[in-house]
Amino acid sequence: MPDKSAGSLAADPLALPKIRPPKRPAGTLYRGREGMWSWVLHRITGVAIYFFLLVHILDTALVRVSPEAYNAVINTYKTPIMGLGETALVAAIGLHALNGLRIILIDFWSVGTKHQRLMFYIVIALWVVLLIAFVPRQFMHIFGGGE
Amino acid sequence: MSVIEAPRSAAPRKGRRGINWEKWGWIYMRASGVVLVVLIFGHLFVNLVAGEGVNAIDFAFVAGKLADPFWIVWDTLLLWLALIHGANGMRTLVNDYANNRLVRRILLGALAASTAILLILGTLVIYTFDPCPAGSPADLLPSFCPVP
Repeated sequence: MPDKSAGSLAADPLALPKIRPPKRPAGTLYRGREGMWSWVLHRITGVAIYFFLLVHILDTALVRVSPEAYNAVINTYKTPIMGLGETALVAAIGLHALNGLRIILIDFWSVGTKHQRLMFYIVIALWVVLLIAFVPRQFMHIFGGGE
Repeated sequence: MSVIEAPRSAAPRKGRRGINWEKWGWIYMRASGVVLVVLIFGHLFVNLVAGEGVNAIDFAFVAGKLADPFWIVWDTLLLWLALIHGANGMRTLVNDYANNRLVRRILLGALAASTAILLILGTLVIYTFDPCPAGSPADLLPSFCPVP
């Protein structure tokens, strides 16, 4: 019997064992866990805060133009929709700030990496406390309650 | 006769002279971050939480703050630390995601230019600001302005 060619070998389903790739990327110590999600959230909140900062420097610069110009723009910040935007901004800043402190502890604290997951949940807990303190106050201001 | 280097000897250092800017950028993000936590939460408390919150902000409110050296220093630090922190963070993202050399250069150039322009603009606004501009209606100005 002549030697089989490589082509006919590959075509034979019984000749080669089938190795199926995993349906989704298999877990690693890093991927898909607290470390990854804190990193993702840090990037997203950072970009959002950065673009707000650009706008905020420009709108504040209007104090140098005239009181009327500044008031006209800042009054749009007092509408309910922008008020919700400010709430989201404070939420983003709070998360970025608290997770930033967590990053510093991971980098400089001798057992920081060991406790990074616990620190992530502490960050979330402190963030929730921050929002419980801020959001009702902000809603009173923007929706006119408690005046 | 060539000599084979001993295994596990340190990699030869080439072209690593001068200031390690990436290291100082890394340190800056952490140092400025700690200061910004204080500056920004203070800024948010005074502007959004205390008193009437966002409803109290108008020209007179800002003029009252910027007539006080304490808030001039606060806002100057906020402007420089936050904008450079943010721009350096965006530089990290551009370096991570902009694979095309030309696109990356354009984005980094835009980042550098916008940062420089906004730093100059913001600093000029803070230090050339007049809380009582002549000819403006008195009801828009802070109460300490002289009544014409």
